[in-house]
Amino acid sequence: MMYKSWWKILASVFVLYTVVGGLLIKVPTLPILHESIRNLYFHVPMWFAMIVIYTVSVVYSIKYLISNDEKQDLIAVEAINVGLIFGFIGLSTGMIWAKFTWGDYWPNDPKLNSAAISTLMYLAYVVLRSSIDEEQKRAKISAVYNIFAYPIMVVLLFVLPRLTDSLHPGNGGNPGFGTYDLDSNMRLVFYPAVLGWILISVWMMTIRYRIRILENKNNQIN
Amino acid sequence: MNLISQVKYLLKKEILLEWRSKYALNGILLYVVSTVFVCYLSFRVVPPLVWNALFWIILLFAAINAIAKSFMQESKGRLLYYYQIASPQAIIIAKIIYNILLMILMATIALIFYSVVFKNDIGDVWLYYLAVLIGAISFSTVFTMISAIASKANNNGTLMAILSFPVIIPLLMLIIKLSKNAMDGLDRSVSLNEIGVLCAINAIVIVISLLLFPYLWRD
Repeated sequence: MMYKSWWKILASVFVLYTVVGGLLIKVPTLPILHESIRNLYFHVPMWFAMIVIYTVSVVYSIKYLISNDEKQDLIAVEAINVGLIFGFIGLSTGMIWAKFTWGDYWPNDPKLNSAAISTLMYLAYVVLRSSIDEEQKRAKISAVYNIFAYPIMVVLLFVLPRLTDSLHPGNGGNPGFGTYDLDSNMRLVFYPAVLGWILISVWMMTIRYRIRILENKNNQIN
Repeated sequence: MNLISQVKYLLKKEILLEWRSKYALNGILLYVVSTVFVCYLSFRVVPPLVWNALFWIILLFAAINAIAKSFMQESKGRLLYYYQIASPQAIIIAKIIYNILLMILMATIALIFYSVVFKNDIGDVWLYYLAVLIGAISFSTVFTMISAIASKANNNGTLMAILSFPVIIPLLMLIIKLSKNAMDGLDRSVSLNEIGVLCAINAIVIVISLLLFPYLWRD
């Protein structure tokens, strides 16, 4: 049991550590950001977790198309459901942060718009699934859409913001966080936070996947 | 038959069918012309920024309407026939090429009519036309695959729109930026970045369509 769940313990320890450490450990005092810089530990890991979990979903969609195994489709769906949760939390933490630093809940920023559009893309995936009744057909068609949309999402999140001016660090000529103000103290909290939340997202996905498997078993006629 | 001759035959068939009925072509042209006219009557005069955005929005909706049909019109029996004679790659390539031709024709006519009705100065006409061509190609490549997906899923217009909008927005943003550069008459080297990214996205979309369509077409 222990050797299988070591990563869940690791995830819990990391996230607990970042919640405590993120609020207590000293941060550099910067203009505009002030203490809100601590949101870095909570806002940014959401996006890391979201992108990782969407990537997991695409991998399982590809696996589904090759193997036609229903379980792989279930993993892909649940990964997207979890990814959507992280996307919404990422958007809302970002909006609150933006209100305090940039003065507006929704400043016209390419990263915000891209994140919102990629969330729309995966909401469309959910609607597409619910529009098809037949299970195998639903699994196949939604897997195709998932794989088709993924590279466009990558372009949205990683290429487009770099072509235009952005308020976010690391875009449109702004230096990235790492280059000027992410001091070693912050790294000490930030990296475990990213890893911890990624592991939490995978954990959530596996729980939801297992619930789905049990539900399917329950619904079967013996 | 090898792939190229299959594509050639299928493309010829698409064009021939369209030429006989002329339904899609006339319908879409009339759609574009009347939308432009509605916009003209409601706006009268528009600032350059709005002029550009409005043109692309008109073209976007016309493209969705035009391309949504590309798999809907195929009857069940005809699809069964295709399964036996052609490879899935040939079918999707033929559809994409046909849609590109249709969209280029439509976009060109739309651009001419739009700029006659709405007066506006374009700094670099040829670059603007290049943007329109790239836009037509991008709409065709993306929407062909989406319409194949939507046609398998009960085939309603709402689904086509919600599936295609999020996917086309990144391309549309780049195209609008490129055409804005052309309108302002900026030096062409400024726009190379956008053209490069657009060509790369189109190449990716075509490759993915070729890989995925075989899984999609057979029930």
